[in-house]
Amino acid sequence: MQQRPRTADYRPPQVPSVDEVAAKERASRLASRSIKQEAKVEGLLRLITMLDLTTLEGADTPGKVTSLCQKARTPDPDRDYPSVGAVCVYPPMVPVAREHVAGTDINVASVASYFPSGQAALDERVEEVERVRDAGADEIDVVINRNAFLSGEYGRVHREVSALAEASGDAHLKVILETGELATYDAVRLASRIAMDAGADFIKTSTGKVKPAATMPVTLVMLEAIRDFYRETGRKVGMKPAGGIRKAKPALRYLVLVKETLGDDWLTPERFRIGASSLLNDLLIQLEKERTGRYHSKRYLSLG
Amino acid sequence: MAELEAAPDTARELLFGDEWEYAPAPQSADHVRLADRYGSFIDGEFREADDYFPSINPATEETIAEVGLANEAVVDDAVHAARNAYESTWRDLPGKERAKYIYRIGRMIKEKSREFAVLESMDGGKPIRESRDMDIPLVAAHFFHYAGWADKLEYALPGPGRPRSLGVCGQIIPWNFPLLMAAWKLAPALATGNTVVLKPAETTPLTAIKLAEVIQEAGLPPGVVNIVHGAGEVGSAIVEHPDVDKVAFTGSTEVGKHIQKQLAGSKKRLTLELGGKGANILFEDAPIDQAVKGIVDGIYFNQGHVCCAGSRLLVQESVAEEVTQKLRDRLSTLRVGHPLDKNTDIGAINSKQQLEKIRRLVDIGEQEGADKFQPECDLPENGFWFPPTFFTNVTQSHRIAQEEIFGPVLSVTTFRTPEEAVERANNTEYGLAAGIWSDKGSKLFSISQALKSGVIWGNTYNKFDPASPFGGYKESGFGREGGKHGLLPYLEHPSQSWQPQTPTNGSPSTKPESSTSVEASPEPKADGT
Repeated sequence: MQQRPRTADYRPPQVPSVDEVAAKERASRLASRSIKQEAKVEGLLRLITMLDLTTLEGADTPGKVTSLCQKARTPDPDRDYPSVGAVCVYPPMVPVAREHVAGTDINVASVASYFPSGQAALDERVEEVERVRDAGADEIDVVINRNAFLSGEYGRVHREVSALAEASGDAHLKVILETGELATYDAVRLASRIAMDAGADFIKTSTGKVKPAATMPVTLVMLEAIRDFYRETGRKVGMKPAGGIRKAKPALRYLVLVKETLGDDWLTPERFRIGASSLLNDLLIQLEKERTGRYHSKRYLSLG
Repeated sequence: MAELEAAPDTARELLFGDEWEYAPAPQSADHVRLADRYGSFIDGEFREADDYFPSINPATEETIAEVGLANEAVVDDAVHAARNAYESTWRDLPGKERAKYIYRIGRMIKEKSREFAVLESMDGGKPIRESRDMDIPLVAAHFFHYAGWADKLEYALPGPGRPRSLGVCGQIIPWNFPLLMAAWKLAPALATGNTVVLKPAETTPLTAIKLAEVIQEAGLPPGVVNIVHGAGEVGSAIVEHPDVDKVAFTGSTEVGKHIQKQLAGSKKRLTLELGGKGANILFEDAPIDQAVKGIVDGIYFNQGHVCCAGSRLLVQESVAEEVTQKLRDRLSTLRVGHPLDKNTDIGAINSKQQLEKIRRLVDIGEQEGADKFQPECDLPENGFWFPPTFFTNVTQSHRIAQEEIFGPVLSVTTFRTPEEAVERANNTEYGLAAGIWSDKGSKLFSISQALKSGVIWGNTYNKFDPASPFGGYKESGFGREGGKHGLLPYLEHPSQSWQPQTPTNGSPSTKPESSTSVEASPEPKADGT
């Protein structure tokens, strides 16, 4: 593990500025890649393994989480498709999810640190992270303190994320920037760097509770931040766009972004995830279409 | 947090390999309708020719169609047809009526845009993504733009007297943007009331032939646009024809100089849009990732067959290493391959001759001691291909830093101060285009003032718009195409020769007497100022 700067004297490094127009152009250029035939099938199957199948509703029940885990294990009972990367739930559901994915490769991811707002004292946020860690979460999705970031307290953001990273122990830490509240690509770039400096294993766009959630240009900017960080430190940080990705076609475009920005080493569930609740069924519909040449009705697909 | 990496990766290289390869995504060419052979288009008709030459697909070296070779007699017929059309109809047609034809041509190009795009890629080798998203939309946009000017010439050029058309224009265009260059030439000429004899390049004549079909279908009066085919001799015949009033040429500086000599002493008007060696100046405060994108778009767009290509990168010392590293990464993801594949970034080199020229200059670059970088790429067996390339350790006196290569080859040099950047950027015989990359607005403006360049882009490159004038300084030519400026080379404007009269008798109260130039204008303004 490379040494991280001590938080007390942390000064955010200078990150390159981002030209909004050109960043959008580049993202839309990559979005125009044409993914057909075997590349499409392979991409869809990869996307299943990269999926954080998510339910983050106030109305979640153990029954719903059980059903989600079943779907995560066997996305389509009639086909031999791979299982998803992880199921992502609220803290109280971690034991339920843990039980229902036991014996599989599927990870349990939990949001924590007073998701989605992060509006709580650091102690409380750290404590929640420790609780879900002890409850058996393999991955913990935390939010940054946007108030601190937007008011320029970068040292504080770094200190807090470091504390959350410390508390997460062996679990994978995904740091949510909530890009929809950061407003500019320059801010996204800086926040990405601070999160990585503080020990994030993944950086993640959004909670899914704020619009806009994940976009192609925001993801591109974050991937470029990951690339620069890797060049500088040798550490490969993962990327997770989340929120609003419901269809297979845009999901494939995110995969193109990763392939052409970071290359082969990131085309794996260890370094790339998509957080989504309804994407899985569209992936299945598209796979079925590639197999039979026809789209079949949604009524053949189980709910998540 | 997890201890995923056992040890940090010390090589820190990114691997752009074959993990998740894209499948071929060929654009269908089924809807391109093409006869086996075409002759010259004169007086609204396609004519049989005595001799034909093949137009080949540079990606496969297969013949797509045969094209009739013009000669002096054919050029003479074309000029006569243009003269007749000028005097009998086009000159006296109201601008509003001319606009309808031009607008109709633009509409029909839009309707047939897919066919035009596919044919452009087949004939010239450019990626379908570019012909589909850049060339053809811009072609239509140019016709629409100049359709709008046709009835507003007096407002565009206010002053005593109305602007008048010149007559017959001989227009010679290159092979890098075949249809787009035709549009740049035809649209302003027609809007201003001139008639045209156009010669497309001999390697890329096919979209101009399709354009002739559109012109026929649009009902443009016969003879207003005539298209003849062939190489330099045909161009020369147009330039030297006594009944041509204006010559417009886009192409190499060498040929441009020759044309200027040919026309010396004649009263024919001339505009030239020639070569370039565009400098892209990248300052340390630039948005680096977007600048790298811009550099790549600046030189590898259209295989580097772009007169305004940003073929010289001047990068500030402090960020040079980072920028070249990122360039290497980007080049590794560029996809060289069949022009009709929708995922192709770099298509085929336009002709064997051009490929040989690129190879020769790249060899010279290596011999002169510059360091070459080329990503590994599998090139198809047939056809003309050259991988994207850049040179570092280049000095100002290297030939690759001075000569226009007109291929996907970039030379990278570093600079320390803004003064040095400007000095180097201007240290060229050309003056067509330049780019500046900086996050500081004031720097963009101060540097652009110091550059001797017809086009300057700030934090972007290779952006074109019909409303924006385009043209060069120095040996990059003279005259502007696009926008209001693009009308001027096609108009006789009385105010150009009109000067405010300086009273000769010393009395400031004396009103100017009528002058010859005012007489020359058909409608002098009543107030006589």
